[in-house]
Amino acid sequence: MTVRERLRQNISAAFYRHGLLCASYPVPIILFTSASILTCCYPLLKLPLPGTGPVEFTTGVRDYSVPSHGTQGDLGERPDWYRGPPVAYIQQVLVKAAVSPWDSSLVPVDVFRSPLGRVFSLLEEIRDHVYTDRSLESLCLQVTDLLPGLRRMQSLLPEHGCLLVSPGNYWQNRRDMFDSDPDILKTVHQHEPKGLHTSATLKDLLFGVPGKSTGVSLYSKKRVVTYTITIALSSYDARFVASLRARLKQLHPSTNCSLREDHMVHVHFKEEIGIAELIPLVTTYIILFAYIYFSTRKIDMVKSKWGLALAAVVTVLSSLLMSVGLCSLFGLTPTLNGGEIFPYLVVVIGLENVLVLTKSVVSTPVDLEVKLRIAQGLSSESWSIMKNMATELVIILIGYFTLVPAIQEFCLFAVVGLVSDFFLQMFFFTTVLSIDIRRMELADLNRRLPAEAGMPPPKPGPLRPREAPPPSRPSPHTITLQAPAFRNLRLPKRLRVVYFLARTRLAQRIIMVGTVIWIGILVYTDPAGLRTYLAAQVSEQSPLGEAGLPPHLGVAPVFPGGDPTSTLNVLPAPEPTPLPENQSQGHGEARSGPAPLTSPQITWGSEDEEVWRRLSFRYWPSLFSYYNITLAKRYISILPVIPVTLHLSPQEAIETRHPQDTQHAPRTSAKTTELQADLTLYKVAALGLFAGVLLVLLLFCLYRVLCPRNYGQNGVQHGRRRRGDLPCDEYGYSPPVSEISPLLLRGHSMDIECLANDGMLLASCCLAGQIRVWDAQTGDCLTVIPNNGLRRSSSSGCWEHRDGWDPSSPARNASTPIMDNEHPLRRRTTPVRPALFGDQPDLTPLIDTNFGEVPPSQMMPGCGFDFGELVERAYKEHEASPPLPFPPSPPAARQRRRSLGDQSVAPPEQVLLAPWDWDSSVWSMELRGNLIAAGRSSGKLELWDAVEGSLRCCNEDGSSGITALAFLNNRIVAARLNGSLDFFTVDIHKPLGLLQYRGPPGRASLPPSPCYSSEDVISCQLTRSVQCAHQKPITVLRAAAGRVVTGSQDHTVRVYRLEDSCCLFTLQGHAGGITAIYIDQTMVLASGGQDGAICLWDVLTGSRVSHVYGHRGDVTSLVCTTSCVLSSGLDDLICIWDRSTGIKLYSIQQEVGCGASLGVISESLLVTGGQGCVSFWDLNYGDLLQTVYLGQSGEGQPVRQLLVLDNAAIVCDFGSELSLVYVPSVLEKLD
Amino acid sequence: SELTLAAEWLGNGVALRGPYISMITNHTTNLLIRGGMLFVVGVFLALVLNLLQVQRNVTLFPPDVISSVFSSAWWVPPCCGTASALIGLLYPCIDRHLGEPHKLKREWSSVMRCVAVFVGINHASAKVDFANNVQLSLTLAALSVGLWWTFDRSRSGFGMGVAVALLATLATQLLVYNGVFQYTSPDFLYIRSWLPCIFFAGVITMGNIGRQLALYECKFVQEKIHQD
Repeated sequence: MTVRERLRQNISAAFYRHGLLCASYPVPIILFTSASILTCCYPLLKLPLPGTGPVEFTTGVRDYSVPSHGTQGDLGERPDWYRGPPVAYIQQVLVKAAVSPWDSSLVPVDVFRSPLGRVFSLLEEIRDHVYTDRSLESLCLQVTDLLPGLRRMQSLLPEHGCLLVSPGNYWQNRRDMFDSDPDILKTVHQHEPKGLHTSATLKDLLFGVPGKSTGVSLYSKKRVVTYTITIALSSYDARFVASLRARLKQLHPSTNCSLREDHMVHVHFKEEIGIAELIPLVTTYIILFAYIYFSTRKIDMVKSKWGLALAAVVTVLSSLLMSVGLCSLFGLTPTLNGGEIFPYLVVVIGLENVLVLTKSVVSTPVDLEVKLRIAQGLSSESWSIMKNMATELVIILIGYFTLVPAIQEFCLFAVVGLVSDFFLQMFFFTTVLSIDIRRMELADLNRRLPAEAGMPPPKPGPLRPREAPPPSRPSPHTITLQAPAFRNLRLPKRLRVVYFLARTRLAQRIIMVGTVIWIGILVYTDPAGLRTYLAAQVSEQSPLGEAGLPPHLGVAPVFPGGDPTSTLNVLPAPEPTPLPENQSQGHGEARSGPAPLTSPQITWGSEDEEVWRRLSFRYWPSLFSYYNITLAKRYISILPVIPVTLHLSPQEAIETRHPQDTQHAPRTSAKTTELQADLTLYKVAALGLFAGVLLVLLLFCLYRVLCPRNYGQNGVQHGRRRRGDLPCDEYGYSPPVSEISPLLLRGHSMDIECLANDGMLLASCCLAGQIRVWDAQTGDCLTVIPNNGLRRSSSSGCWEHRDGWDPSSPARNASTPIMDNEHPLRRRTTPVRPALFGDQPDLTPLIDTNFGEVPPSQMMPGCGFDFGELVERAYKEHEASPPLPFPPSPPAARQRRRSLGDQSVAPPEQVLLAPWDWDSSVWSMELRGNLIAAGRSSGKLELWDAVEGSLRCCNEDGSSGITALAFLNNRIVAARLNGSLDFFTVDIHKPLGLLQYRGPPGRASLPPSPCYSSEDVISCQLTRSVQCAHQKPITVLRAAAGRVVTGSQDHTVRVYRLEDSCCLFTLQGHAGGITAIYIDQTMVLASGGQDGAICLWDVLTGSRVSHVYGHRGDVTSLVCTTSCVLSSGLDDLICIWDRSTGIKLYSIQQEVGCGASLGVISESLLVTGGQGCVSFWDLNYGDLLQTVYLGQSGEGQPVRQLLVLDNAAIVCDFGSELSLVYVPSVLEKLD
Repeated sequence: SELTLAAEWLGNGVALRGPYISMITNHTTNLLIRGGMLFVVGVFLALVLNLLQVQRNVTLFPPDVISSVFSSAWWVPPCCGTASALIGLLYPCIDRHLGEPHKLKREWSSVMRCVAVFVGINHASAKVDFANNVQLSLTLAALSVGLWWTFDRSRSGFGMGVAVALLATLATQLLVYNGVFQYTSPDFLYIRSWLPCIFFAGVITMGNIGRQLALYECKFVQEKIHQD
């Protein structure tokens, strides 16, 4: 044993034990896992929340020096971004100007025209200020061009010079333009964005104060105009700034101003994510979600797919959180942008392991205990999981040695994430899976319990040990009845589109996502100053956060009277004082009552100290970004503001008036003032309200139009179908007229039991033993072979044909008394039940008349043994009680009986005519060319001429009933009830000695059927008999491609070669009797068993290709196409599997009793039987294409057998009638 | 997003047509649909990845977001779309001719993973600060080969990737020589040396998508062959 092998075994064993542990103690393990997740995520609390708001740091002005680049760790309180010179020093000159005293001769425009006009002289003053040969020009931040996209702002913002921003920029800093401007307000407002503005507007930018507090308005109450002149300095010269401050203060003294001037604030800006960078991010996230969606979609065969998908996602997400938490616990602070690398981390960690685990556990045998299933599933995938993990770790290690810091960090996170993901998979996900599987088992148990209770307990058979007890099958009444109407109609396209929208809830999801994004943008861009308000609140409450700042900073709007500078002025001024110099009053708002003639007062409060705080936090970045200067990860230093107070006389105001100013002044009434102030907000609110109402109305209308009254009441549950689940009839749509009309083949008096076809011909055999041959193209009845085999009637039309003993009386169904009355003399000599069986019990009441649970495709094989147990019981009872002379006939008139009871049906007259055949009925039938091979219950093999209806040959070598026949080329294989397999050869002795061949019928892949002319002498010889082919009765026999495959009750499948009848393989792998086999020309072999398992085999090597569990109960029929495998089961479910991967694609719920009727017409067209109808499905997508009704009335008998002919017609067994349905759309394609 | 929607749409289209599958079975129509989808995917990826490459000198919402999305020359996205359509159609074709169908993980989830890794490679080339260009190129080359190993593993895929990467680099080189455009910081003969790696990864990704799309056709074609 190599090291590898040993390692593998050890790993497998460890996983097995671990699986047992997890499945045994689910709750403690989940608690433990949750606790460890929380513990590992705890360090995340210490991490700063990601955000892009600016951070501040305050230093004193006096001892300021430009911070050095070096890393000085000793300065503890200094943030790490405070290094190197700032982008710019901002010096703001805050101007408050008012015309005072106010008198009635002034018009509203005068409030701001002359105060704004003074900005030009101030600007001149500032520009010309020189201190010891240093002028502003040499110190200020020189800017170049605006960004190319900002052409419209070119005349408004400075270019190629000092970055000096003031309201004067509206007029290009030229007094003459200002004076000639007829409407100042219009000039100011024409650049305002119309809609919702997301960043600082031009007005904010130029005025430097929030728009509302500028006072540039016709309805200003305070009549004080406030604006700033903002100077950006590239280098800090303390003396120049001090001299400028002194100069301005001297020129325009602000008497009662006590603003603090000793602090400068450094504002650091973080990186911001613009839309341009958001798009790739969003793309990666969308790819990530698509990945998660496609991955979790593969979870199948579990109780709750959503639950497991959620658990998978939780596993991945919490492993990521754990990795971040652990890394930060060990001192590794993430410097990468978490949002950006997150999708890649998820992709690296992946969901594959989780899916592999689920699939492996689910595919373990269902009958095992949950613990063992989990353990087996884990251990079978342990090696691949470990291998994958090792590979990933190695790849990441290689990545670590690239020595690129970013990649190294990524790799470190990925490693920790991988390990924690593995931990979570092993503990969390496995446990959740075990809980889920247990739930599924419980649900199964609940479903099955009444079914098993309804069945008689299985007994060991002492009398006939060869016959196996019947498998426990759910009796039909416990199967949930499917409303048959849901597939009745073919929907028009527009409705299907609507249903698609409804099914995916596309509209709702789009609206939801849109709303979320919108809210996100709103919060992010912060139009209402919410963030600054919150920041103010927080800073007010936490003294630690703003060390060195005055504690009342910026809270003035919230607490108007709380600032220390105005504590003395809490009381409102008793009366207006004429002299502005004496003004030391509080705020204008405190003044009560309208005082139109009160003179404006200029006050300085602490809120004026840092006027920039009241602006959007995006003010500075946007200002600099216009010149292609980024503030991301850099900082600016804001110098203390220089207050300037301007008092203008009314005289001056009148002088500076523009001629038009007086004209438009009194136009608007004063009551709109309030509205004007918050108009934007109201607009937004109204718009939102309107949109909401509209949306609700629209949705209501949609609901009314699209939804039925009984919405949600009578919902058909068909959750198993994954795609194409179209609940049609709930919506009250009437089915369109079907374009396919079925052809009814009438003639049989009783239910049809076997069907055989050969492309051109179709042979059917009913319970009465009558064989009819039909032309598959036209539906004409060609030949009728009655049960006795001697009478023959050839006919051209079948409708009027009645053969001799075929009365229309329904009482003929079972050993009727009428018959006995007609032939009273024969009653004793030839009783209805033959004398041979006189000592045997009457079996008729035992016959199960339910055909839903019987696989019709194996009608013949099933009959021999399936009822063995019942028969046994009857025998026992019979021994106790003497036989009745006339056993009561079964009450059901339309009952269908198995072949065992058929002998009682045989009418006496036939018995007279053919005494050798009185007790046998046809159990199996095959049709090749014009030869019908019929296997009888007596063990006789007969060959009939299909066209002429004559018996050509008869072989009576075997005595056990022939349960299944296969007719291939010139060989016939017969499986008998006793488990033996007989190989016959059909020899034709032609007078001419040659075989004629008909043309290839339809499909070229089939071997051409030989045509036997009536002159030929046909002999059928037993070439070989395999006595003990199987230990138990053979249930299925299929032959194709030179192979004969048998399936038996003894759980094995055997493959024989047709030529020499040599057994090639015995395939073992099923845990129950074989019930269905499929083999075709391409050597595909599939088998289904009573355990609900489906195995795919390689016929050449005898190895098992795949093994899936799909059905609860027997697999009743199997069909393979080139890409998928279709199986039907006793649970009336048709499952479609991917042939190469063994993954279930989807399933279709059939109606009760129609589970096994399915056929594949072409690669993509599936046909299934229903209650009086057949349905066509698109095989690739599981969509219902069309439903064809067979009878006139909607309620018909269930279609139990379905046979696909080569000419794209299907024949279905429809009670005693056959129905021939042509599929025109397929015919086109075949042509 | 685009991919899933497109796939969803295709699936629905087929499902809606129902019995009229013959239209889809038509080889040309199918080819056109696939080509169109690949083209759309290629254009979308080109736009997004170009956005990634744009240096972040504007931090704020610039007034011209739209123009920054289309910041490259107008002909770049259509070229990428056409190239991706060609590659995506060529891959299944080569597979068919060589007779070695691609077996490895043919699922949409794997394709999504591949696309995500491709975007990640682009992201790394654009955002991660490497010490020098050799390191950058080597890292990207290793990542690209890793991408191939994880999601493709076919010789034809590798050969095709290398060939297309070389051809595309040559074409870019010619364009640069003719002065159609220039790189901001060329490091190797006027071009960026990591360009072939990106091309290679892109070829692998588009080939993966193309193969997955071809799976839809495969079913129909097989059916047709069977019937013929």
